[in-house]
Amino acid sequence: MEWFLANLGFVLDLTWLHLVQSVLPLLFGLLLSLPLGYTAWRLRPIRTAVLSVSSMLYTIPSLALFVLLPFVLGTSILDPMNLVAALTIYAVALLVRSVVDALESIDDGVRQAAVAMGYRPFRRFFAVDLPLAVPVLFAGLRVVSVSNISLASVGALIGVRNLGTLFTDGLLRFFLTEIVVGIVLTLLLAVLMDLLLVAAEQLLTPWHRAGGKRHVAGTDQGRQTRASAGERPDPAEAAVLP
Amino acid sequence: MEQPHRTAAPVQGAEPMVSFRNVTKSYAAGHPAVDNLSLDLDRGAITVFVGPSGCGKTTSLRMINRMVEPSSGTVLVDGKDIAGQAPAALRRSMGYVLQSAGLLPHRTVLDNIGTVPRLNGVSRRQARTRARELLDVVGLPASLATRYPSQLSGGQQQRVGVARALAADPPILLMDEPFSAVDPVVRAELQQELLRLQQELAKTIVFVTHDIDEATLIGDKVAVFATGGRLAQFAPPEELLRAPVDDFVAGFVGRDRGFRSLSFRPADALPLHSAATATLGSLADAPAAGWLLVIDDGGAPVGWLPPGERSTAGLLVGGSLFRLGSTLRLALDAALSSPSGRGVAVDDAGRVAGLVDAEDVLKRLETGRAG
Repeated sequence: MEWFLANLGFVLDLTWLHLVQSVLPLLFGLLLSLPLGYTAWRLRPIRTAVLSVSSMLYTIPSLALFVLLPFVLGTSILDPMNLVAALTIYAVALLVRSVVDALESIDDGVRQAAVAMGYRPFRRFFAVDLPLAVPVLFAGLRVVSVSNISLASVGALIGVRNLGTLFTDGLLRFFLTEIVVGIVLTLLLAVLMDLLLVAAEQLLTPWHRAGGKRHVAGTDQGRQTRASAGERPDPAEAAVLP
Repeated sequence: MEQPHRTAAPVQGAEPMVSFRNVTKSYAAGHPAVDNLSLDLDRGAITVFVGPSGCGKTTSLRMINRMVEPSSGTVLVDGKDIAGQAPAALRRSMGYVLQSAGLLPHRTVLDNIGTVPRLNGVSRRQARTRARELLDVVGLPASLATRYPSQLSGGQQQRVGVARALAADPPILLMDEPFSAVDPVVRAELQQELLRLQQELAKTIVFVTHDIDEATLIGDKVAVFATGGRLAQFAPPEELLRAPVDDFVAGFVGRDRGFRSLSFRPADALPLHSAATATLGSLADAPAAGWLLVIDDGGAPVGWLPPGERSTAGLLVGGSLFRLGSTLRLALDAALSSPSGRGVAVDDAGRVAGLVDAEDVLKRLETGRAG
């Protein structure tokens, strides 16, 4: 604790770097995965190919990727962008499948209704498909967020400054406290990001939580309340309500 | 619930609103889904497409808004070939109601109803104002406005679906098995509601169902599709029940079609027999012989007392009522379901007007046939 307080500035600086290095790839990964996933979902013939390739990306050893990327990108060896690029690749590897699954999870009747009402494909994607894809998509984002935060530490091995630096440094000096602080902060960061993502999801899907409560015509208070958020009513049950 | 059949009110002699001209739809392999369909749908009338599953009725419906493209032939809407029209704009010019309502789960009731006006560039505020009006039109309380679809019952969702289809005030409504996912009681309600709405709005409605009872109740004209996408018969419901063109149609409309066709025959000129009546308070003064119809102080029927029984303990309730001016089917049903063997006829205010006899109904049929 003493060491932690004495080096607060240094540690917070590393935490901030760590956060940026794991959140940027999450955003870039999402932006790349949406068009990729949408295309794979629309064009069945290429779906399997896109999904296999993206899964294979995830099997590349992280250290190898960190070392190789500077040569591919032409960046300097110590550039943190190498790390961001590598983590983006892993994010894409996981998120493409999430996007396909998320789009697949939308009720076909809803999509047909949107077409029948006169939505053109582009507008439909943003007005109907994307909002409805949020719950499944966010499940994927949460996995990637955690995986990014833990993978980012490996960047310290190639000289990128972040919480991983506490591990390499602590190891060199046989200083356990430093390593423990690194572990605790990495954990905290992961939990914090997860909570943020959950909050964002709730904000984006008020309808999904509303699905837990059902109201009977004419009464403002719902007579039935379901405890678990996001639980959809059984259609057969909904049908017999007057 | 049953209603006397409405006489169709299409604009006579006007150009049909929707026309199929030798339309065939075939998929890659096998038999056509729709086989050389030619059909004219009257303006302002309800046309029902009915048939077993796989008969091409939904495919035919979807060719009207280009969700399905015909393999050959043309579909005309308002006299114009739709093949050259932009699909999205064409679809916005027609209301569409689906089986499971197809509401957008992430939008409130108001925003669901306002979908098509919003697509047409109407401001959100205007769209919501219009949506509020429509809630009332389809008989939903304003308190539902900000609910999400999952918070509604099946029947309410269907009403929102109808409201959404009406939002841009399109001349045509396409309804694809709209009431088949709700229970029979709610379905009957929605059917009556649709007929009531149609009397006010006079849209051209194309209604797909696999339920022949729904078809004959709702339709001004009914198109019966046979397996293989062949149009077997296109006729008003009364004609369909009375004179099916072939064994397929006869089989499809059902074995009790003779009884059901009574729904289309008005029961005017049916003789009314006088009834021995007494109010609950004056039972002691009533004659002991014969069946006694007990009425309340307002003259509405309460129940029957068998001959000799003159205490309220022996009161037999039940039996359907025959409202004057309704159909022979209801008259017969009142007679058959009455404990006394004679059905109770009531006037519009619900007061006892007399009794109807099953034999008179049958006699009425004989004279109808002779005349």
